[in-house]
Amino acid sequence: MSLRFQRLLLILLTLVIILSAVLLILYNTRENVSYFYTPSEIDKLDIVINEKIRIGGFIENDSFNKISSSSFKFKITDEKASILVTFNGILPDLFREGQGAVIEGVFVDNDNFNATNVFAKHDENYMPASIKEDLKDTGYWNKKYK
Amino acid sequence: MMFLINPNKFNKAADFLIKPILVLSIILFSLGLLFSFYLSPEDYQQGSTVRIMYVHVPSAWLALLTYAIMTLYSIAALAFRIPFGFIINTAVAPIGGIFTLICIISGSFWGKPMWGTWWVWDARLTSVAILFIIYLVIIFMNLSFENRVVREKVVAIFVLVGSINLPIVKFSVDWWNTLHQPATISKLSKPNIDPSMMIPLIIMTFAFAMIGLVIAILRIKTEIISRKSNLG
Repeated sequence: MSLRFQRLLLILLTLVIILSAVLLILYNTRENVSYFYTPSEIDKLDIVINEKIRIGGFIENDSFNKISSSSFKFKITDEKASILVTFNGILPDLFREGQGAVIEGVFVDNDNFNATNVFAKHDENYMPASIKEDLKDTGYWNKKYK
Repeated sequence: MMFLINPNKFNKAADFLIKPILVLSIILFSLGLLFSFYLSPEDYQQGSTVRIMYVHVPSAWLALLTYAIMTLYSIAALAFRIPFGFIINTAVAPIGGIFTLICIISGSFWGKPMWGTWWVWDARLTSVAILFIIYLVIIFMNLSFENRVVREKVVAIFVLVGSINLPIVKFSVDWWNTLHQPATISKLSKPNIDPSMMIPLIIMTFAFAMIGLVIAILRIKTEIISRKSNLG
């Protein structure tokens, strides 16, 4: 084996070893790397009251309640579990029922979540506004785009 | 294809290619801006804010592509003793850094109205921030060290170590829950984007690539001259 291929092998081997080390670290700390938990993941966790946590999911249909102009109640769900959330503040533009969202806050007791921040989550679908109207007109409007 | 590893042949090819590439970049960029601002529709959810994507996504792709090119050249330089690889590392690192910066800034402008926040520390955003810091370190390492032979080897090794971040940036949205949306365009599936929005995106990607290439050619030529005259 020539010297240059020995060097190439050494470089590639080193890269593979460092990469697997980094990936092992990331894999074993994935609960901290993940930005949020889904509601069904929360069910399996031991909830610590008043500890800051983030939950991501969809706003459950027909669950949104406006209590006052800046106070809202809604449920966040991943279709397996759902959590009741109260929030005081300004909601982002994309926030609506059926839309993905990430909320940050604390559990005040086992069932009630008090949000301090609400972020709307955008999905990977991009579609012109005119097509949405066409789809609605023809009845092909797919709920998952909502 | 020797002009990709030989400085003299690169100079010759560059002198021949730079004007057509410059013209092409101007045409593509004007066309891309025209499409992004006037000839593409508003998104059904985002409205006009979707147009930020035509700057954000190309710069993100090119930030990653620039780093991937530097990684390949670093391997070539270290394993096969091709000094042109060191020249590339010095020349294109600031270009990749600027693309990363454009990506981060345009992303924040999109994030504020859409997500409701300029910045969050989720896996995608954090790994891109790390990519930017890696680019900065490479740029500053290129400016330090009196001894060029030591400097370019240290930089190339650092580029290789930093390349581990690339798959993490790319797959962060699949491996972890992130606020950032997963990839819209991937090789395996039909893209979830309407053709009327795909066209400006592709034109802008090529426009950004050509602009980056023009700057890269100029910087590589400068680097070759300064090495020949022993200024570097």
